[in-house]
Amino acid sequence: MIKKVMACIDASPYAEAVCDYSVWAANRLSAPLTMLHILDRAQHTNTPDLSGTIGLGSQEILLEQLAELDEKHAKLALERGRLILDAAKARAEAAGVSEVDERLRHGQFVTSLLELEADIRLLVLGKRGFSSADAHGQLGMHVEGLIRSIHKPVLLTQQQFVEPKSLLMAFDGSETATKSLNMLAESPLCKGLPCHLVMAGADVEAARVQLEQAAAKLRSEGFEVTVAIVAGEPDVVLNQYQQDHDIGLLVMGAYGHSRIRQFFLGSTTTAMISKAKCSLLVLR
Amino acid sequence: MNKLLASIKQNWFSNLRGDVVAATVVALALIPEAIAFSIIAGVDPKVGLYASFCIAVITAFLGGRPGMISAATGAMALLMVMLVREHGLEYLLAATLLCGLLQIVFGLLKLDQLMRFVSRSVVVGFVNALAILIFLVQLEELTGPHGSLLVFGMTALGLGIIYLFPYVTKAIPSPLVCLVVLTPLALYFGMDIRTVGDMGELPSSLPVFLWPNVPLNFETLAIIFPYSLSLAVVGILESLMTATIVDDLTDTSSNKNRECFGQGVANIGSGLIGGMAGCAMIGQSVINVKSGGRTRLSTLLAGIFLLILVVFLDQWVGLIPMAAVVAVMIMVSIGTFNWSSLRDLRTNPKSSSVVMIATVVVVVFTDNLAYGVLVGVLLSALFFANKVGRILYIGSSLSSDGQERSYQVVGQVFFSSAEQFIAGFDFKEAVEKVRIDLSRAHFWDITAISSLDKVVLKFRREGTEVELVGLNEASATLVDKFAVHNRPDAVEKLMGH
Repeated sequence: MIKKVMACIDASPYAEAVCDYSVWAANRLSAPLTMLHILDRAQHTNTPDLSGTIGLGSQEILLEQLAELDEKHAKLALERGRLILDAAKARAEAAGVSEVDERLRHGQFVTSLLELEADIRLLVLGKRGFSSADAHGQLGMHVEGLIRSIHKPVLLTQQQFVEPKSLLMAFDGSETATKSLNMLAESPLCKGLPCHLVMAGADVEAARVQLEQAAAKLRSEGFEVTVAIVAGEPDVVLNQYQQDHDIGLLVMGAYGHSRIRQFFLGSTTTAMISKAKCSLLVLR
Repeated sequence: MNKLLASIKQNWFSNLRGDVVAATVVALALIPEAIAFSIIAGVDPKVGLYASFCIAVITAFLGGRPGMISAATGAMALLMVMLVREHGLEYLLAATLLCGLLQIVFGLLKLDQLMRFVSRSVVVGFVNALAILIFLVQLEELTGPHGSLLVFGMTALGLGIIYLFPYVTKAIPSPLVCLVVLTPLALYFGMDIRTVGDMGELPSSLPVFLWPNVPLNFETLAIIFPYSLSLAVVGILESLMTATIVDDLTDTSSNKNRECFGQGVANIGSGLIGGMAGCAMIGQSVINVKSGGRTRLSTLLAGIFLLILVVFLDQWVGLIPMAAVVAVMIMVSIGTFNWSSLRDLRTNPKSSSVVMIATVVVVVFTDNLAYGVLVGVLLSALFFANKVGRILYIGSSLSSDGQERSYQVVGQVFFSSAEQFIAGFDFKEAVEKVRIDLSRAHFWDITAISSLDKVVLKFRREGTEVELVGLNEASATLVDKFAVHNRPDAVEKLMGH
């Protein structure tokens, strides 16, 4: 099966940017594009009957009532989901992508994406969804959980689409970072974009050697590479570097350390994602 | 961490108002039930009340089905009667601990998977038997030595209030109204009828930890083990059935395996604070969902409210006439009974109806739901084997020279259809050669193979040469682990040949 660029569309202000980024990615990867909307059904409670009695056929009647209530909500959500997807599809087609699929699924956001994982080549979604669109400087409620559990590259977008003209690869010499670097080097997604390979930390010999090796790998795949080491906390200095050089895409490996360590020390990945001012490609 | 917080929020605080209100309704309905079930088991009401508190609270945290109510139940109480009568309360507490341990083991062994074998008819039979048993016990209260016309009248009045008051308002639980009206009425007229206080000790304090006072030896184990096993099995069965009902009502899923574990820990907890064994309650869970309860919070609060009400109102609880409790319990039994199953008796296949009725009859005669389920499951299996055994066809044709007969076997060959398989061949026909085409048959067990051997042998004795075709395809189904899930090509091959 041909793996697809899958764009998670909802009714948030991110939807248009997600759509545009996925078009950009689908074109570069020459992969088919799928617009996905997930109907995460909220629990609808019935008007409570506090009589505390059960009589003939109580259970059947209750089931009937609850099903009816859910049916009404679900029909509306279904219709709305279809409209959102149609709009996204129209936008993608106007941007010149010929093969756009629509998928509408019921379920919990993260679980549903994990079920579709096998079909996904690249997942595109907004940094925040509909329910937390205005909480600036924070992550959407599902993003961290999703990135932790899914084993596919994820492109997180801001609210505005800006076509990436250059990229910043965050590199710390770790195994996760090296794997991500290889993925980046081999993928057609970022081919031809000037790459800033940046390491946060002390400027020592060992770091330079690692960085040079990594740069050589990228150069051998035809990237134009600028190398830099900046002192400081990664989430601060890397985002600063991105703004100073006006870079459109930040690339990084995700969650290399154990959960226990993250619990005590905090996760660099989460901090990076929440502070980033540009779109972000998270590789696993 | 986000994920954990989100799941805590979802499981506990996503429906705050509905849960608090539903918990209050459930707690009020739990009190008469816990008292009634203690009386069935032959112990003080406090044993059932402590148990209900403890089981509700522990399953709220550890259970696998948010929004389900677990407490002291009738199904379990009925199993303890003999143990309490012959050996006393301490042995019941020990049996409760062991029951909890067994349920944890069931969880570890993933025995919840066995629920697949409990067919719809058995579930309906179980529920109906449970309702009938609860009702019969109430009938004893009405017609037994303490029954009188007065008790009868008070119970009827109670039932009237319970079923008619909701037409006035649905904002107040009508079982509560029943208790609140009947108690002062009995006091005012100084009626000579039994009250809850007459039935034994009520809780006057919070429960305390205590280890059952039984000798820790093999003899004790031999006494309690049979009871513990029945309790564990019935508890898990009713809990998993109730979980399925709540799953259906709320259109959400539950973790059945975690539920086994939660029930086990809850029973151990109950045994350690002087409570009896319990499990999930069908009626209360329906009331909870109906009142708007959805999350773990409603289960937890139901347990806590119950304890607070009982401990602080213990003098008042003691004054409640038994007639009021009986009225509430009759409502529970009417609500638990699956009435549409009576209507379906006419339309369902006879075999399903027989399974359902057999389950009910066995339970009513043994007072043990486990036996009923066992009989029901066995009968369902037999009926199924019998039905599938009829899917066998053996056709044949004679060659033009009359020297060779070809048999085609189509269908399922196993213990139930082996006789029929052998009877399909004509051994008395004198032919040179017989060709048996098995490529569209399925051999499920060694009975099938041995009957095939028998057929071949019989033909050979008549001097007939036998050729078997397609034996490999037919016997692919012999392997124990045989399965074609998720393999469309294999299914095609199996059904197509």
